Amino acid sequence: MAEEKADGSLVFHPLDQFIVKPLFGDGAVGVFTITNATLWLAIAVLAIVALFVMGTKKRDIVPGRSQSVAELFYSFIYKMVEDVCGKEGAKYFPYIMTLFVFILFSNYLALLPMSFSPTSHIAVTAILGFGVFIVVTVLGFVLHGATFLGMFWMKDAPAILRPIIAVIEVISYFVRPVSHSIRLAGNIMAGHAVIKVFAGFAAIAAIAPVSIGAIMAIYGLEILVCGIQAYVFTILTCVYLKDALHPHH
Amino acid sequence: MATEPVETAASACVGPSGSAIGMPQLCADWIPNQVFWLLVTLVVIYFVLSRIALPRIASVLAERSGTIINDIAAAEELKLKAQEAETAYEQALKDARAEAAKIVAAAKADIQTELDAELAKADAQISEKTAQSEAAIAEIRAGAVKSVTAVAKDTAKEIVGALGGSADAKTVTAAVTARMKG
Repeated sequence: MAEEKADGSLVFHPLDQFIVKPLFGDGAVGVFTITNATLWLAIAVLAIVALFVMGTKKRDIVPGRSQSVAELFYSFIYKMVEDVCGKEGAKYFPYIMTLFVFILFSNYLALLPMSFSPTSHIAVTAILGFGVFIVVTVLGFVLHGATFLGMFWMKDAPAILRPIIAVIEVISYFVRPVSHSIRLAGNIMAGHAVIKVFAGFAAIAAIAPVSIGAIMAIYGLEILVCGIQAYVFTILTCVYLKDALHPHH
Repeated sequence: MATEPVETAASACVGPSGSAIGMPQLCADWIPNQVFWLLVTLVVIYFVLSRIALPRIASVLAERSGTIINDIAAAEELKLKAQEAETAYEQALKDARAEAAKIVAAAKADIQTELDAELAKADAQISEKTAQSEAAIAEIRAGAVKSVTAVAKDTAKEIVGALGGSADAKTVTAAVTARMKG
């Protein structure tokens, strides 16, 4: 990432890892072009299939290792959906599970060296975030009609404050998908970029040990962040879904 | 980790040297491609999960909890059976003990009667022997007294004769007999 220029100064390209490029040939990136992003999305799908389909193939009563992990994720997300959204939320469980495993696997696969991180791209996370927002909003109106708007009208608040609170609530409601998607992309991108910057410093022999130590530390942090961001995205999705299912409370 | 420099600048977002111009995340040229492949990925994951993986895991979990409940019920049943068996065993043990005590008592009684009979027999024999012995002793004693009397009479007659007295046999005998009685 960092090559020494003729004058000896270092040049960093920490963002080059996020470049989308065609996997075959050097043409332009069209809608259907198979790119490095496609490759890593496909790897994520394969990893998910390996864990959730191959891993559970034996249907053991006493589960093996991979089946235990698959069951762990299943129970974890199922419980989360049920705890946050209630019993009615259970039928949206497959969608939320899809989001969770996609983000989790993309995040962790992105930690492999030379890999591409789909979830560091705002284009990806915005589709996820706005997708959740649109689905949840439509669901709210379909289930509750216009009374869904009552969510913004705080009946507990003093009458004079209600319109002000309503405005704030509406704004915060529309900010949700933005924060939802930028949180994920920002976290993943920042971590990867920081690792790249430290990797660039490793070119200088004198500070290479410090730099490599820092890469290890940030990598450890990233392992946490990957799991936490997948969790946060999922639980926020559950919370938004709960607002659509039970707007009055 | 390094991205190899791309020979040709294929996009407005990549410079001639192959490095990014600005943030690659904001490159509009790539967004349709990313969105397309993301949607394909999500649909594939959704179908894999909702059609295969999740029902399978759900059935495994349900089956497991069913198995566990069944096993607990079976264990409960077995425990009851074991308790029953234990009571039956205790009962059998008690019965056997009682039986044994009975047998012991009977044996003791038998032995006692036998012993009593033997003792009585022995006592009878002993008393018979004693009687015989006493008879023998009495006979011997009588014999001895007779002999002594005879000897005493003879001796007395001889002594009287030797001393020059002449006493008739009858008187000597009577005197000796009177003496002997004293």
